[in-house]
Amino acid sequence: MPTALEFANRLREKFGDVLSTPTEFRGEVTITVTDPLRVAEVCQEAKTACGFDFLVDLTGVDNYGQEPRWTVVYELFGLAHRCHLRLKTSVGEAVSEIPTVSRVWRTAEWHEREAYDMLGIRFQGHPDLRRILMWEGYPYFPLRKDFPLAGKPSEVPDVAFTKPAPLEGGPFVTVAGGPDSIAREPRVRTLERQD
Amino acid sequence: MATVKDIHFLDPASRPGVAAGSLTDSSFGAGGDAESADQVVGEKMVLNMGPSHPSTHGVLRVVLELDGETITRADPDIGYLHRGDEKIAENMTYNQFVPYTDRLDYLAPLANNVAYALAVEKLMGLKLPLRGQYIRTICCELARVSAHLLGLGAFAMDVGALTVFMHTFTEREKVYNLAERLTGARFTTSYTRVGGQTRDLPLGWLDGVRKFCDEVSVTIEEADKLLTRNRIWMDRTRGVGVISGADAVDFGLTGPNLRGSGVDYDVRKASPYLLYDQLDFEVPVGSVGDCYDRYLVRMEEMRQSVRLLRQCADRIPGGGENPHHEPINVADGKVFLPPKEKVLTRMEELIHQFMLVTQGVNAPPGEVYFGAENPKGELGFYIQSRGGGTPYRLKIRAPSFCNLSIMAHCLPGHMISDVTAILGSFDFVMGECDR
Repeated sequence: MPTALEFANRLREKFGDVLSTPTEFRGEVTITVTDPLRVAEVCQEAKTACGFDFLVDLTGVDNYGQEPRWTVVYELFGLAHRCHLRLKTSVGEAVSEIPTVSRVWRTAEWHEREAYDMLGIRFQGHPDLRRILMWEGYPYFPLRKDFPLAGKPSEVPDVAFTKPAPLEGGPFVTVAGGPDSIAREPRVRTLERQD
Repeated sequence: MATVKDIHFLDPASRPGVAAGSLTDSSFGAGGDAESADQVVGEKMVLNMGPSHPSTHGVLRVVLELDGETITRADPDIGYLHRGDEKIAENMTYNQFVPYTDRLDYLAPLANNVAYALAVEKLMGLKLPLRGQYIRTICCELARVSAHLLGLGAFAMDVGALTVFMHTFTEREKVYNLAERLTGARFTTSYTRVGGQTRDLPLGWLDGVRKFCDEVSVTIEEADKLLTRNRIWMDRTRGVGVISGADAVDFGLTGPNLRGSGVDYDVRKASPYLLYDQLDFEVPVGSVGDCYDRYLVRMEEMRQSVRLLRQCADRIPGGGENPHHEPINVADGKVFLPPKEKVLTRMEELIHQFMLVTQGVNAPPGEVYFGAENPKGELGFYIQSRGGGTPYRLKIRAPSFCNLSIMAHCLPGHMISDVTAILGSFDFVMGECDR
């Protein structure tokens, strides 16, 4: 039975420099697609030639303050060989668009809609790219790192909160990945005071 | 009650045509004109089912396009229960997020707690002592029985068999009594922490589990007698909502909905966690992929869960009373809170407690995905850590979200009355779908 690492290497043979060297962490193999425009092609190959017939999950990540800003993570699984493989690709904020994989696995249709809804990453060729969790006409992308936890008021009536959300100023909110413990510690954080 | 939202009285030929059967028209969700000109025979009607409808089990809204009573197009509209759990998770420490996991699949909070704790522990590279793993396995299986009892009762009620619900709901109450004795809360259990549980089993609790196993077996057989060979039940569920195995995999279905379509995939067998590779159980698989098969799979899963519970209750090191104080949590003060009496008397434990409470568990940079077989399907957590006490990104792969995505494909061609049967057989929870 081939392992995930062998599948990753098999994909690398086919695509060469488009794929990075596989890395392993906690028994999971991750491989990065350096050219975001070819991610659908790589996924198609992973499905047809390597038997990754099940897209478990698709996640968008906001690398705020870094370039490229968006990372999209694909969790692949093969029901026959029971191997898990993670594909990653990154795209800059100026482009914010990568090819859809909804033609490879139809489950990606909703996952991609969610990634678009939450982060604003667009998926080229998606059959029905509209908001899924937020409502049509909502002006922001709430999972972006520059969107405050307290919510944002909006000028447009009836589409967004005009008052901050109830969690605003929550006393137990810790900040992710601050430079030191003082910056990370739980304290009141409001729109005016984003330190 | 569902209400008639919109009826078009336009001349069919004057409408803009789109590809037949495609769901590409984005105006459809808003109730626009979206039929192909050649498809239209009579006037079609758009009907909103939900977001407040008994058979939508929460706040699912399905926009149905009807030709008479036959559905020609369906568009599930989700998000009415969106609370931004992933955003919240990025802003708090790993342990602070545990109560939020109760509110994902709120019919199986214990299983969610366990899945989340296991995901963070995978990131940290931790493994629990044996007794702790047994406790978590018991929690998972209790949650499965309770969720299936409710799901089955509600399914039967949607289809018109009210009695079953009374039986299963009584039994489910016993699981909540057990949860209350174990965790102090009936629904919002918040039982696990990174590296362990909040407390050990209370005295006599395992006997309660054994008693429950005996009693629930009787109820399962009663429900079986009420439904499995019931003519009306079979007429309402057999051949309805048929999903092929290939479609089920393509749409990312998991759990009983996937196995009902004949695909033998159970996370507990495919990538075993906890003690599932050491315990004896079988994974039931359907053959047709209709509502009846999904029902049969759930019935058999409950029996298997009872089997697992009995094995765990017999094998757990330390038994019910734990006389030799078998550990249940990892013995690392930097991960799990030290005992309170030591915190109050010793320097190092005091520091550990202070650091854990203010900064959280210090996770290494890296990313993991962990999926657990929850009652509704594979509940997965993708965690990206950049070091420190909070996740940089935490994505929840909710089984109900993926399961519902097949609705647009599955509902057309059915009658309105079949929608309740299909939705009931899918046994989804919107708290988890919308997050």
